[in-house]
Amino acid sequence: MIPLNHYLLLSAFLFSCGVLGVVVRRNAIVVFMSIELMLNAVNLSLIAFSQFLGDATGQMLVFFVMVVAAAEAAVGLAIIISLFRNKQTVNIDEINILKW
Amino acid sequence: MYSLAPFIVLSPLLGFLINGFFGRKIKNETIVGSIGTLAVASSFIIALLIFIEMLGSPAEERKHIVTAFEWIAAGTFSANVAFQVDQLSILMTLIVTGVGSLIHLYSIGYMHGDAGFWRFFTYLNLFIFAMLNLVLADNYLLMFLGWEGVGLCSYLLIGFWYDRNFEKGTTGDAAKKAFIVNRIGDFGFLLAMFLIFNTFGSLTYETVFAQAAGFSVGDNVMFWITLLMFIGATGKSAQIPLYVWLPDAMAGPTPVSALIHAATMVTAGIYMVARSSILYALAPSTMEIVAIIGLLTAFFAGTIGLVQNDIKKVLAYSTVSQLGYMFLGVGVGAFSAGLFHVMTHAFFKALLFLGSGAVIHAMHDEQDIQKMGGLQKFMPWTFRTFAIGSFAIAGFPLLSGFFSKDEILWKAYTDGAPWMWLIAALAAGITAFYMFRLVSLTFLGKERFDLHHVHPHEAPQTMLIPLLVLAFFSIVGGYVGIPHVLGGHNYFEEFLEPVFAGANAKLMMPMHDSAALELGLMGTSVAIGLLGIYAGWKIFTQKMEIAENVAKRFSGLHKILWNKYFVDEAYDAVVVNPIKTTSEKFLWKIFDVKIIDNTLNFSAKFVEATSNIFRRIQTGVVQSYAIVFVAGILFVIGYLMVW
Amino acid sequence: MTFEQGVFYFLASVTVFSAVMMLLQRNPVNSALYLILNFFCLGGLYLTLNAQFIALVHILVYAGAIMVLFLFVIMLLNLGDDKRLVEHLGLRMYLGIAFSSGLLIELLYIFGFSSPMNISELSPASVEMGTVEYIGKVLFTKFLFPFEITSFLLLAAIIGAVLLAKKKLVQ
Repeated sequence: MIPLNHYLLLSAFLFSCGVLGVVVRRNAIVVFMSIELMLNAVNLSLIAFSQFLGDATGQMLVFFVMVVAAAEAAVGLAIIISLFRNKQTVNIDEINILKW
Repeated sequence: MYSLAPFIVLSPLLGFLINGFFGRKIKNETIVGSIGTLAVASSFIIALLIFIEMLGSPAEERKHIVTAFEWIAAGTFSANVAFQVDQLSILMTLIVTGVGSLIHLYSIGYMHGDAGFWRFFTYLNLFIFAMLNLVLADNYLLMFLGWEGVGLCSYLLIGFWYDRNFEKGTTGDAAKKAFIVNRIGDFGFLLAMFLIFNTFGSLTYETVFAQAAGFSVGDNVMFWITLLMFIGATGKSAQIPLYVWLPDAMAGPTPVSALIHAATMVTAGIYMVARSSILYALAPSTMEIVAIIGLLTAFFAGTIGLVQNDIKKVLAYSTVSQLGYMFLGVGVGAFSAGLFHVMTHAFFKALLFLGSGAVIHAMHDEQDIQKMGGLQKFMPWTFRTFAIGSFAIAGFPLLSGFFSKDEILWKAYTDGAPWMWLIAALAAGITAFYMFRLVSLTFLGKERFDLHHVHPHEAPQTMLIPLLVLAFFSIVGGYVGIPHVLGGHNYFEEFLEPVFAGANAKLMMPMHDSAALELGLMGTSVAIGLLGIYAGWKIFTQKMEIAENVAKRFSGLHKILWNKYFVDEAYDAVVVNPIKTTSEKFLWKIFDVKIIDNTLNFSAKFVEATSNIFRRIQTGVVQSYAIVFVAGILFVIGYLMVW
Repeated sequence: MTFEQGVFYFLASVTVFSAVMMLLQRNPVNSALYLILNFFCLGGLYLTLNAQFIALVHILVYAGAIMVLFLFVIMLLNLGDDKRLVEHLGLRMYLGIAFSSGLLIELLYIFGFSSPMNISELSPASVEMGTVEYIGKVLFTKFLFPFEITSFLLLAAIIGAVLLAKKKLVQ
């Protein structure tokens, strides 16, 4: 049997991959995908806890996280589309007008 | 009756407010003048009623304290707007309101046609209000309020004709000089108040004087309190070294000189010393200083008055000199004698000033007595009243000045020292001499002006009536204080005795019963006075050459006297100019501009520089912000881990 | 090694592999494809945890809907390859790598060496908890309110997405 912390370690690793992607990649769409990766890592740990501890709240939370992730992905991509229309680029380094 | 005391003070305040707000719109001079005069006259009537009631009650019940409202209550310190109505304050109130209402009446005629008529009466009423606060207060703080108030009104009134020149500067300069010199004295008074509060824990007379009875004579703290208070008195009452403002104060209209600088404001210092008599009794060194300064001032100012040619200047120096007498009186412990002279001086000095005002009015604002003469036939009543005033001030027997001055001289001999009497008597002689020089040059002899250009006329009724009333009092005013040795009963001293009981207990003056000595001294001083009168009259009516020869022979001395001993110039060089130079060169240019401004600018620039560095955090790139998030999360997780 | 362990390790390694590869692709389409692989493996992992409903929903929603949306957008924007993986070797990148490594280390420390995490058996109720009936029952009783709220959330997201992505009306 797989002990709990194996799942958690996996989740931790996926999460930090996601963070790395958010911070290092320039392409806005890849950044979004990294965010999805982070959310999924959290989902994994939630399900793991829920099943190992016998509490259903974890699985419910996963539902809602998924809903939120979907909504956020939709809206975020819409923003990127309108951004692309204005600036013809999805390179985050070039989207820096709100600065000093 | 006593409960009406607050109305004494309130009435002039009302007059001030009405004339102040509506005076300009009321075009009718009579109404404005009447409001002002009635305000003061009603105070006089109330004071008179209280006085009559006071006379009818026994001596122990004559002191009442009437509280108007609670003013300051701060921790252990409390001061109320309360009025102590006792013998001393009712006396001063009667003098202030009585002479004051006469002068208000006089001003209606004198200021006729002036554009600032309503302003004049506004300021006059404000002055009376402040002065009444001063004399009726039951604590030092309210007295100080009145003290400062009269200083302010003095400034306003001296500079009343603000668009006129006066000697080397403007009337504004004279007004400023009065205010600033007064302020220097007030600083001493303030320090004294701080010391009093520190020592006694209160500023109310009752509390302070009751506690003072427990101190011993010669106490060090008492010395400093009384000395500092006396510095304030020298400022307000124009003694050495702070007398320099009073001659310049003649820039104001003559009623102002009469009221403020002869009868009332300048006596505030004497009142203060008399009120604090028990404190002074506990500090014999200060009393010595008071007496000596009074004596010196009396002599010193008299000598300057000998050679002045402006009619008001002569009277101004005469005032300074007579104030010196009053201080001599209180300095040797004769408090009631000093106050007696305050009263009689109020009568005849106000009379003299008002008379001189009539002369100036008649001569169309000419003030140089060298250009007058022979006015007796043009203004007979003015002449007669002026002469009565001059006789009174010279100490002519049986007039009021004789009784008061003589009492001071006698007490100076017995409670002071014989040399004090001698110098005071000489000063009396000088007084008589210059007063009659003034009378002769102004009213007697031949006219020294062009009759075709100048038409002097008698003063109008509103100006004459006060002159007559004051002349009457100059004659009979002394009869309340006829000394024992002449067979009279000194009602004045007896009336005021309870007020000074505490001080007299501390002073423990031995009684002097030597009638012969007193009569002898009296006779000598009368002789000196008569000699001065005769000499002044004779030389300046018939033998002017003697005066001119003496002036030529002693031309150096004459120059010194004429330039007032160069005191003003000395003050300028030693005090005024160094302060001005320091302020301009150092305090302004270096300290203010360079140090303070630059510090402010530096702090602004510093903030600007720092924010220039810190604004680079806002890069606009989302990922930088994400990095900061991650850093924060790291920190929080680490903290939770460790903790 | 039992069958379950083998399955777990296989799936876990593919997950890790695909996550890392996703980060290292220059072409965003490739990244998306690796992410889809990641999601499939995650679904498998959910199955090993007895959460069958969640697993299927996960694949439906994530791999089937969200990633398709991503791919549509990438193709709509006609993005080509990125010129370089990281263009600007600046402070940002080093800091980012440092912080995320730090995060990883911290999390590994917590999850690896803390005793409460050492539960080795799935809870016996987990089998029942993963079924549709159980989830439905709990969802519509205990979590009814959040469920309704999420419908609002989705509504707002739809409206927002439509508005933001609309072409401007030609005047």
